[in-house]
Amino acid sequence: MAKKFKFKIKAHRLNRSAGGDIGINVLLFVFGAFMFLPMFYAFCQALKPLDELWMFPPRFFVRNPTFKNFSDLFRLMSTSYVPFSRYIFNTAFVSIAGTFGHLFLASMAAYSLTKINFPGRHTMFKMIQLSLMFHATVTAITNYITMSALGWVDTYWSLIIPAFGSTLGLYLMRQFMDSSVPDSVLESARLDGAREISIYWKIVMPMVKPAWLTLIVYSFQGLWNSGTSIYIYSEELKTFNYAIQQILAGGIVRSGASAAATVIMMLVPILVFVVSQSNIIETMASSGLKD
Amino acid sequence: MSAKTATAETKQAAPKMRKDMTKWEWTRRQMVVNKVGYLMVAPYFLVFLTFTVAPVILSLLLSFTSFNMLEPPKILFFENYVRLFLDDDIFLIAIKNTFIFAVMTGPVSYLLCLMFAWFINELTPKIRSLVTLIFYAPSISGQVYLIWTVMFSSDSYGYANGILMDLGIINSPILWFQDTDYIMPLVIIVALWTSLGTSFLSFIAGFQVVDKSYYEAAAVDGIRNRWQELWYVTLPVMKNQMMFAAIMSITGSFGFGGVVTALCGFPSPDYCAWTLMHHLEDYGGARWEVGYASAIATLLFLMMIGANMLVNRMLAKVGK
Repeated sequence: MAKKFKFKIKAHRLNRSAGGDIGINVLLFVFGAFMFLPMFYAFCQALKPLDELWMFPPRFFVRNPTFKNFSDLFRLMSTSYVPFSRYIFNTAFVSIAGTFGHLFLASMAAYSLTKINFPGRHTMFKMIQLSLMFHATVTAITNYITMSALGWVDTYWSLIIPAFGSTLGLYLMRQFMDSSVPDSVLESARLDGAREISIYWKIVMPMVKPAWLTLIVYSFQGLWNSGTSIYIYSEELKTFNYAIQQILAGGIVRSGASAAATVIMMLVPILVFVVSQSNIIETMASSGLKD
Repeated sequence: MSAKTATAETKQAAPKMRKDMTKWEWTRRQMVVNKVGYLMVAPYFLVFLTFTVAPVILSLLLSFTSFNMLEPPKILFFENYVRLFLDDDIFLIAIKNTFIFAVMTGPVSYLLCLMFAWFINELTPKIRSLVTLIFYAPSISGQVYLIWTVMFSSDSYGYANGILMDLGIINSPILWFQDTDYIMPLVIIVALWTSLGTSFLSFIAGFQVVDKSYYEAAAVDGIRNRWQELWYVTLPVMKNQMMFAAIMSITGSFGFGGVVTALCGFPSPDYCAWTLMHHLEDYGGARWEVGYASAIATLLFLMMIGANMLVNRMLAKVGK
């Protein structure tokens, strides 16, 4: 029996030793626990009643789960200076407007950069690649000057418009179009007299669904998770994330409510990722940087 | 470059052939024929140039001045840079910390991404997506890293203190995120915890695109174990993914700072976890010394680009 089992493994899995398999699984388990337990702890904290939150010695797991922290959180929200629904609206509005603007502009530019042979497109793409190599903090201060010159300080525009030009989305979209849209399809459409804009919209966009899903997810996550912005002063324009930060900063009394807030904040991006995982992986497969 | 792509262009039934034209004539012709390309790129590029390219150039220019948003800038030439390196002790701390964080969250996290993606690739598809989610989730969940301040909170109800006190290892709670001995290691752990992001997904995808027949062929050619398989077959095939992932890791590691602010305040006690990003925020956002902040931004920019170029040159050698 044992002999047969061993043979089966060998036949299916080339170059794999049992010892290595065990080692890999142990490592995955240990580090998986390291990754998972803090997230799980956040869940437990959110479900703990007050006496379990302040228990010595502290217990990791929750014993009598309750949703009281969530109802406390919502009560706390209703007492804030700006109605909490406004923070949620701000986050939702900025995330959705920024993401869709980015999706249209970036996919159109990606199509043009990949499939239309105009002089200068290689230089343009080199600039995009170069811009992946530095972090947005470098540009934040000088962007403030631009924003104030445009009169966009303390408006939604200062959050939405820069998101249109984010580079990771364009980069992934371009690489995906490059590897998965065959030129022959476009050539025959062009021979039939189709205009570039309708080729882009009617032929190419449906072919690159995984890429635009990925782009939506990345852009949405970035905007959703953005907290304080140096361009926004008015309380009425601040985001949900900022409000949550304020609750978290509120400290000891609110610790149950803050755990509940953390859980709400993390659930949205995780759910978005779960739904789109296979599409994102498919897009990332073509993300490679060619030299 | 443009000459090469231009020769590949054969679809235009031009009365005059490519070889009869000067390079300039051909380029101009291509520009006219493909003008719709510029139109389609224009909206995106307008935003990109305004909010990504212009600020870099502007901060390079402002770094030679004493701009403070109110008075017109005065030209100082290299005075800001001299002041940074000779007169600003906190800047030197920031450089040191930035490099420590960059090494820990850059290369270390990069290797972790590669290693876990490799391990996860051995699992069956269903379990694979679950484990991918577990490893990826901390990096996308916004402020969830604040849970570490609860686990390591400074009173005896925090999990770490509670356990240590219960076991009798310590008598009074440790002020984890206020104590200069613990801040750096703790922040590095949290940083690693949140660092399995885009590069990790890129690797996960990279492993999946390797054609299975390569492994069979390699086994015939004498590849005997999984290490050889990784080094001689998989990595060369996914070299492009490795370069992309490296860029994502390096860029993220140099821009590291938000987590520190959230965990130990701004500034961190004794500036012990102060990074260039904090220094930039301090001078640019709080003191409005935009000229000086621009010098910091320019240095940070050059460091990021330099590190990326260097690493990509190194990675180009993998499997050769």
